[in-house]
Amino acid sequence: MVERSAAHGRNFTREFLEERARFVRLETVRLTKIAGAGHYSSTFSAAELLACLYYGQLRINPAQPDWPDRDRFVLSKGHIAIGLYPILADLGYFDPKLLDDYTRLGSPFGDHPDMKKIPGCDFSSGSLGHGLSVCLGMALAARPQKRDYRVYCMLGDGELNEGQVWEAAMAASHYGVQNLVAIVDANRLQIDGATADIMGVEPIDERFASFGWEVRRIDGHDIDAVLAAFDALPQGTTGKPQVIVADTIKGRGVQMMELSLNWHVGNLVGRDYDAVIEEIKAGLQPVAATEVRP
Amino acid sequence: MSNEEGAALSGLFTGVSDLQESRSVKGTPASRLPAFVLGEELGDMADRDPRVIVMTADLASANRTTEFRDRHPDRFFDFGIAEKNMITTAAGMASAGLVPYAATFAAFCAILCAEQIRTDCAYTDLPVRVLGHHSGMSMGFYGTSHHALEDLAMMRTIAGLTVVCTTDANHLRAVLRASLDHPGAMYIRMGRGRDPEVYGAVPEIAFGRAIRLREGADLTIIATGAQVRAALDAAESLAGQGIQARVVDMFTIKPLDEAEIRAAAAETGAILTVEEHNIIGGLGSAVAEVLVECERLPFRRHGMPDEYALIGPPAGLYAHYRLDAPGVTAVALELLGRG
Repeated sequence: MVERSAAHGRNFTREFLEERARFVRLETVRLTKIAGAGHYSSTFSAAELLACLYYGQLRINPAQPDWPDRDRFVLSKGHIAIGLYPILADLGYFDPKLLDDYTRLGSPFGDHPDMKKIPGCDFSSGSLGHGLSVCLGMALAARPQKRDYRVYCMLGDGELNEGQVWEAAMAASHYGVQNLVAIVDANRLQIDGATADIMGVEPIDERFASFGWEVRRIDGHDIDAVLAAFDALPQGTTGKPQVIVADTIKGRGVQMMELSLNWHVGNLVGRDYDAVIEEIKAGLQPVAATEVRP
Repeated sequence: MSNEEGAALSGLFTGVSDLQESRSVKGTPASRLPAFVLGEELGDMADRDPRVIVMTADLASANRTTEFRDRHPDRFFDFGIAEKNMITTAAGMASAGLVPYAATFAAFCAILCAEQIRTDCAYTDLPVRVLGHHSGMSMGFYGTSHHALEDLAMMRTIAGLTVVCTTDANHLRAVLRASLDHPGAMYIRMGRGRDPEVYGAVPEIAFGRAIRLREGADLTIIATGAQVRAALDAAESLAGQGIQARVVDMFTIKPLDEAEIRAAAAETGAILTVEEHNIIGGLGSAVAEVLVECERLPFRRHGMPDEYALIGPPAGLYAHYRLDAPGVTAVALELLGRG
């Protein structure tokens, strides 16, 4: 039992959040099969983060997606929308059956999310490097309207290559936007290889700190650690912007995908599909790889 | 020199040495120059509407949003020399219920931030107002890095984006007022801020509806931005030679007033478009796209040829590229076979 009460009235246990993370992974595999291709591994690295955010942290009301005082969440790494859609459906933002036509002609759901078509999606994304600026604007907008919501932004570590991220980081500390929370899913890989090899972004924590951010660095697959990082966020809209650097493993939860360069985009078929479903259902196993694999 | 005019001469990129080299605005009080009404008008709008936010990227002194900053410091944001962040931040603000006006050189918003405008402002259908000032080659000898002769072409291919050129100070006021509740994102193109006067009072406008400023049957000059003044003066000159020109201020580039273009094609003998923009992709191209579905008539796109401008003061460039009144007159005569 996680000793934590949900501000919005949801009760949850660690087991429940672990189960919701499994649900994210399973739905990602199912929906990818419908589309014929999908971003497995970068969704898997964020599964615990997404589960903790939506079932344990965000102040939201699925019955009122446009509630002005809601917390906002922007998936700056928009290519893992496939992991977000099932959560939004599960929370009641839309009929889960709509996902059965994921990416098919005329579907609201593409590989990257469209806020105009999807209730509960606070901003469209897909072009990396934009989300933190979007969230900065949302967070600043709380001031003249005298609202107290928070804005959460999920970025990838590869995304930190984009210069606009650092423009936003600089502006966020300049304006003391404390209700802005960046979550970096530091899964150590980008498309062409290890982030360390393609365009090094470490030390992520020190870089954000030098830009004037309050930094917490955690194991992004450890639900207790994620919730503790959320609990430590300060109240109020002015102060330091907050970043949670979540060390994760790209592909986590499916051993053949963990830290493998082969599974950024893929499509499981036949026995592979069935085996992966069973593996995910069994829950997280010991990490299969600690170094990036070709 | 009056005090008001003296004040008008002191700003960055609006300084006295530039003024002598730019379009002649001698005797025009500051209150009638776009550069000096932007901050004031936005400030007045913010007095009435709590949604109005103004932001710039280290150019508050050039675009005179300083007046807004002084009146509404809590609703003014300077994002420093980081335009992409500014445009996307504006989109985030707009998604949370505000109406942000983001102002910087046209080169550094429409061209530098084209993707942010498309993806974050237009695709999302949010009420962001991108104010691109010092457009065209109005920056003169500052050079091509500071010119925007491609912005209309880039902006008008973005679905859902309203693209508007402001003509003079009073027209700018009208555009800003009308923009407040206009749905979706807008690109509002401004000149250097000292554009010569066309409208003696704030005109009644509707986006997508051109303003016919002069009647004539021999040809129609369809102009936009500061070229509207040049077109009117050219029409006056042509009248002295017995040629009657209709003059249309096509201030909305998108959605285009196709009916006005069809009327010109049906009712007048020729059409000349005039713009401070590459002749590829801007007003002339937009008009041509309508005219190919009309009965043939003599037509010419006049603007910047497909090349980068020479170095020179603005007035020299306008004369060289025939974008001043004598130049437009000469091009009109050529079009009519009387050049």
